[in-house]
Amino acid sequence: MSAAAEQETVQEKNYLNADHTLRSWLTTTDHKRIAILYLIGVTFFFILGGLSAALIRLELTSPTGWMLSNEMFNKTFSAHGIFMVFFFMIPAIPAVLGNFLLPLMIGARDLAFPRLNLVSWYLYAVGGTLVLIAMMMGGVDAGWTFYTPLSSIYSETQISLTLVGIFLNGFSSIVTGVNFIATIHKMRAPGMTWFRLPLFVWAHYATSLIMILGTPVVAMALLLVVLERSLGVGIYSPELGGDPVLFQHLFWFYSHPAVYIMILPAMGVQSELIACFSKRKIFGYHFVAFSSLAIAVLGFLVWGHHMFISSQSVYLSVIFSLLSFLVAIPSAVKTFNWSVSLYKGSISFQTPMIYALSFIGLFVIGGITGMFLASIRTDIHLTGTYFIVAHFHYVMVGGTVTAFMGGLHFWWPKISGRLYSEFWGRISALLVFVGFNLTFFPQFILGVLGMPRRYHMYGIAPEWLFYNVLSTAGSTVLGLGFFLPMIYLTHSYFKGRKSTQNPWNAKGLEWEKAASPPITVNFTEKILVTEDAYNYDAISDAAQALRTMEKRGQLAVVDDEDAWWDENSEDKS
Amino acid sequence: MAIQAHESNEPEVYFQYEDIDQQQDTYLIGMWAFLAQELLFFGAIFFIYFLYRINYLHDFAQLSGHLNWQLGGLNTAILLASSYFVARAVHRGQTGEMKKQVNWLWATVACAVGFLVIKFFEYKDKIGSGLFPNEHFAQHYHYEANPEVARLFYSLYFVMTGLHGIHVLVGIIIFVVLIRLIKKRSSLITDYIPTELCGLYWHFVDLVWIFLYPLFYLIPAP
Ligand code: HEM
Ligand SMILES: [Cu+2]
Repeated sequence: MSAAAEQETVQEKNYLNADHTLRSWLTTTDHKRIAILYLIGVTFFFILGGLSAALIRLELTSPTGWMLSNEMFNKTFSAHGIFMVFFFMIPAIPAVLGNFLLPLMIGARDLAFPRLNLVSWYLYAVGGTLVLIAMMMGGVDAGWTFYTPLSSIYSETQISLTLVGIFLNGFSSIVTGVNFIATIHKMRAPGMTWFRLPLFVWAHYATSLIMILGTPVVAMALLLVVLERSLGVGIYSPELGGDPVLFQHLFWFYSHPAVYIMILPAMGVQSELIACFSKRKIFGYHFVAFSSLAIAVLGFLVWGHHMFISSQSVYLSVIFSLLSFLVAIPSAVKTFNWSVSLYKGSISFQTPMIYALSFIGLFVIGGITGMFLASIRTDIHLTGTYFIVAHFHYVMVGGTVTAFMGGLHFWWPKISGRLYSEFWGRISALLVFVGFNLTFFPQFILGVLGMPRRYHMYGIAPEWLFYNVLSTAGSTVLGLGFFLPMIYLTHSYFKGRKSTQNPWNAKGLEWEKAASPPITVNFTEKILVTEDAYNYDAISDAAQALRTMEKRGQLAVVDDEDAWWDENSEDKS
Repeated sequence: MAIQAHESNEPEVYFQYEDIDQQQDTYLIGMWAFLAQELLFFGAIFFIYFLYRINYLHDFAQLSGHLNWQLGGLNTAILLASSYFVARAVHRGQTGEMKKQVNWLWATVACAVGFLVIKFFEYKDKIGSGLFPNEHFAQHYHYEANPEVARLFYSLYFVMTGLHGIHVLVGIIIFVVLIRLIKKRSSLITDYIPTELCGLYWHFVDLVWIFLYPLFYLIPAP
């Protein structure tokens, strides 16, 4: 009998049932439990962000603005951006999936600094709470970008408290980055060389670099706004000869790389999904690995493309424009390599794979429209319009959130030890894809037509109503697509069928060596790695041999390959 | 307080590590990664400083002349000495001479406190002359430099030395806690690595001041 089947009969201790008290959760240093804490946190903020998005979309179903005051509208889109970017997107994949999987993938018993890991969650939680308090005290109206002098001088809303919350959250992200870097450098199991690391780990390495090198800069930028508001020191103040545009430079020095904090881990998830559901080695492993680092480095050199219409000099803009084109190359390398990896693979369209394929399509659209924006001429027309909104939602929702959902479904059996309903999984994945395009594609058109972002009335051009209504309709579908998984995943956590150790026949230590769900110290045996990542060929060679034998009549007919997998893969390894 | 001998001198290896070497290397990498982020944190404001200094060269030089370079110099000497003391403490940690290690650490703390005391009197003097850069800045202003730029200069001065001062304060807390743990023979401190880590942090804090001092106190007239 296989180890996995045994586990179904004997109720084993695992990280989830090791202790049940609330206290044991709130004081845990187990990276897997902290990942769950983060999952709860990011889901909470995703819901809040989603509700504020719903308000925005509802408001825009009329050209004259029918529900919110100007001020309320400003506060609503600010809240949406702050929740979604700082408290959902940035921690989502690294702090949930990364936290859970890094040690498992490299064969370690935990992250390098488990207590620090808990500290990072508390920083996140306290930061989030402060922002919530600020929202309850009236919110902020300066957008998630907090441009000065609006944020430093003119705004009379809860800017300072919100910024302190974001500052703490940034510190949480730095702490996570430090932890991941130390872990990846030093905690790899014997035989797990750098070039045997799953690409997910490479992506997180690059992400961590950005976290520790970018976040402190935005921390300083925001801190100076707080000091300007509270003490009156005037570093950005034009009255004193200071330069408000300086804030934009510092902000984007972080926030452009921060978009790669959001997308790189997603790309890591993507590599794992593509490999598993086409049962193929990722084509050009080294290129994909190094493109993550290239993105991390180049990402620091392009921030000026957000400032083409600020006072930035034309020569500077030209350089930023060229560098921005360069940064698309490593992203394209990845996309091509995933596509090629599919070639001749045995592809199965299970829920995570539907998300992975959506990712490719949506990310390509998002990336290509980034090219339009990186060209100065077109950007001058498109900046500040809905085109920008559509561009970054294609990369951030179409890319990151899609990958997060794909990854969550893929590793759900590992995290919870349970299976979810494949039927509902596929339905929601399709709803997300359809709803997403319906919501955001019309926004490209609106942007080209000139509809400005962050305005809630467009009485000058009532003909934009059609696209806006389309977008709002799409967002309800999208919302349903995100709502369903909350239901069926929660249901599966309590009532779902028990999963075997490796339900997808996936490669990787987390599947091959750790139970579902894993025990507290992850592995029962000492890990020794002897093969490269994604060594699916070993399996497919066996399948090939079998087929040949079958053709030669040396074997009874195998007509259902899936059944064959189910029967034979369990006792391997 | 007498320091009692401990039964085992073997450093504790936490469950996630294979052996003591891995644990120590990991700690050091973690600390360097943390210092990298500190570097960027201060780097951002140094960047702002240079931008404004280039723009307002004359005013900055003029204003620099009104800072007390003697006190600043004294503080530089104090911090340099403290860096030496902490290096000695690490050395004594390596050789296992706990008593001497603790003494060197106290010397470091004394320097840090001295630094803050001097800084306090400098601040007091400036704030007393109405040079705190808020809206009441320089009501009795009598310098040559443009008063607006002066407020910018003092904004930078207070923010940069203030953040540095907070780092010094954190350093003091860290060292006092470290000393207590060493004396208690805490299981957290079983070798010299914690001292080394605190020392690295302290060298960084020192280094920041090494740049702050000339950048504020010693700007030559252009
Ligand atoms: C393929 C490479 C990419 C290029 C060349 C690119 C280019 C640009 C440019 C030029 C802008 C500024 C437009 C303007 O404000 O006028 C922009 C905005 C933005 N991009 Fe991208 N982008 C790329 C990928 C991404 C990715 C991967 C993400 C996130 C995961 C992202 C998120 C954003 C966001 C959030 C904004 C708008 C920020 C704001 O103003 O609120 N971009 N992009
Ligand atoms: Cu950008």
